Amino acid sequence: MLNFADSKLEQIMQEEQEDILEQITNSDYKYGFVTDIEADEAPMGLTEDTVKFISAKKNEPSWMLEYRLKAFRHWQTMETPEWANLTFPTINYQDIIYYSAPKQKVAPNSLDEIDPELRKTFEKLGISLDEQKRISGIAVDAVIDSVSVATTFREELSKVGVIFCSMSDAIQEHPDLIKKHLGSVVPATDNYFTALNAAVFSDGSFCYIPKGVRCPMELSTYFRINAANTGQFERTLIVAEEGSYVSYLEGCTAPMRDENQLHAAVVEIVAMEKAEVKYSTVQNWYPGDKEGKGGIYNFVTKRGICAGNHSKISWTQVETGSSITWKYPSVILKGDYSIGEFYSVAVTNNFQQADTGTKMVHLGKNTRSRIVSKGISAGKSQNSYRGLVSVAKNASDARNFSQCDSLLLGDKCGAHTFPYIEVKNNTAMVEHEATTSKIGEDQIFYCNQRGIDTETAVALIINGFAKEVMNQLPMEFAVEAQKLLAISLEGSVG
Amino acid sequence: MLKIENLQARIEEKEILKGINLEIKPGEVHAIMGPNGSGKSTLASVLAGREDYEVTGGSIDFLGKDLLELSPEDRAKEGLFLAFQYPVEIPGVSTTNFIKTAVNEKRKYQGLDPLDAAQFLRTMKEKMKLVQIDQSLLSRSLNEGFSGGEKKRNEIFQMAMLEPKLAILDETDSGLDIDALRIVANGVNELRSSNNSFLVVTHYQRLLDYIVPDFVHVLYNGRIVRSGTKELALELEEKGYDFIKAEVEKETV
Repeated sequence: MLNFADSKLEQIMQEEQEDILEQITNSDYKYGFVTDIEADEAPMGLTEDTVKFISAKKNEPSWMLEYRLKAFRHWQTMETPEWANLTFPTINYQDIIYYSAPKQKVAPNSLDEIDPELRKTFEKLGISLDEQKRISGIAVDAVIDSVSVATTFREELSKVGVIFCSMSDAIQEHPDLIKKHLGSVVPATDNYFTALNAAVFSDGSFCYIPKGVRCPMELSTYFRINAANTGQFERTLIVAEEGSYVSYLEGCTAPMRDENQLHAAVVEIVAMEKAEVKYSTVQNWYPGDKEGKGGIYNFVTKRGICAGNHSKISWTQVETGSSITWKYPSVILKGDYSIGEFYSVAVTNNFQQADTGTKMVHLGKNTRSRIVSKGISAGKSQNSYRGLVSVAKNASDARNFSQCDSLLLGDKCGAHTFPYIEVKNNTAMVEHEATTSKIGEDQIFYCNQRGIDTETAVALIINGFAKEVMNQLPMEFAVEAQKLLAISLEGSVG
Repeated sequence: MLKIENLQARIEEKEILKGINLEIKPGEVHAIMGPNGSGKSTLASVLAGREDYEVTGGSIDFLGKDLLELSPEDRAKEGLFLAFQYPVEIPGVSTTNFIKTAVNEKRKYQGLDPLDAAQFLRTMKEKMKLVQIDQSLLSRSLNEGFSGGEKKRNEIFQMAMLEPKLAILDETDSGLDIDALRIVANGVNELRSSNNSFLVVTHYQRLLDYIVPDFVHVLYNGRIVRSGTKELALELEEKGYDFIKAEVEKETV
């Protein structure tokens, strides 16, 4: 009936989408404040002396310094990986401060002694460091810049044998566990950023669940970059002994700054026989402004090993922040009947770029893996899924299912899928499904006609799209993550 | 209820509505008929507020408000409902969740508290019977993979849930077999009252056998060229649109 106008109609629709798209990008990053805290910093730049400085600051034993120096020397021989679907200027590693610690007169003996400014920072982020507030029932390790400033519920957890403390404390107090496991899943030499991390990491969280213990509460670490020109290089290690269970949450925020800041973290998980580890991340580093200025470069290596039979590791991530995200939480399925899962929602808006996905490495027999990746792109952003499913020669009866869906808002953004499949055993079953869809003007109008305004309509559609992943998050986190999705895409209807 | 005066609208440079006059009173059912390209769906879209169409003249009064000043969502919340000719699919959003959002947005606008899950479910169960819609359909993603008949029934179901003052049915009969047509029409008839009105846009008279209109208007070339009662629809059925075209052209010469 309106054939004559089809092309015109398309044109009008396109113009309209552009209008709405402009509106969407008007949302502001609400965690962009800077806390005025006196900091103790290393001189800018990276040499062996920097590594020694960090190690000395932390009073580390000589084996730890050796580990760092070895990693540093190896790093110097390496080159920045360039295979990802990301474009960014060369990072000058001499322009970064590798150690910045909020100055505190003395180490706090209790949470009451924490610098009130720091306390305020975490309050602004909605994170309670107050152990009295039992309602939340979550133990928190708060890491600001290079150091852990507080870990809550330590004593309570230690009653059941769970160790939850900063990496610095762990090196001092549990050297045998650290020596045994640190670098056992992600060796320092694994890649450029793991070598860098191993050389200069300053803190992070350590979590140990003894045999047969079901961790009585969620454990979480909140990472905050505060100081200017500073990189954050934290290290997390989770060891779950036979038959244990833990659910671990991670959150990240940073101030708004014009320069790009580097975050290169390493997370290692070891799951022994029948152990289960659930690791959830809501990543909301500062993504840069609407013109793409500033924002965090997020180069992270996360890997878990299902070392024992019938063990399970599950990664869930909601990635809304960072100017650049380079991250592939992986599972090595070594134990027979072990299970690896990866659930991801990655949102990019404005000029953000994300190249994220997973690796499922099937080594044991009857191993299972499941990948659900949901990419949402808006503005002029680029969103890539990159995933590897490999089945080794002896990994008989391995199963994998991968689902990669992309949702586009507007026509200036990109969604890409790079699945790699390497199967060396013919009993394996590997399935891959992928879809791409777009929030259309007709969908928005349909919602409008039912009395649902555009913002609500987008949130409804986005949450519907990401539901399968959101359902994996612990309750409190899911609510937060849903809001975050809506905020990240506010105004960006297409 | 609704008063349209000299409404003119175009898409880009093409004039589609060239001066529509129409008044609908509470409790009335009006049918708009006309050949393809006469502007029927454009009229429905302009009333609902689709922005692809530019209103170049005239006015629309809806319950004392200037309809053209209202956003599409506010028109909906004021009680205007459009049953789409081509209902849109929204993957990942369950029909139930969608309708619940719509119902509660409207309640918020009216200053009412949102319905809790139990109240909502009760209302839903009641209205489901009207259009013989299956519960399992409502837990699926909105319109995704629905058959043509299911989509149209879902439109009427949403209408029942939202209880509009004025419902516009845009070619709701297209693509329906006789049984589905009867179900949809029964649903509409159940909802008819002295407080609400309907504007039924259709190409064929067969729908009007089931939804009996108080008035029938013939739209041709962007104008209402004939108005009458049910008999006009029957006459059209018998003689075809060509007879209207011929008559109108004779008049304008």
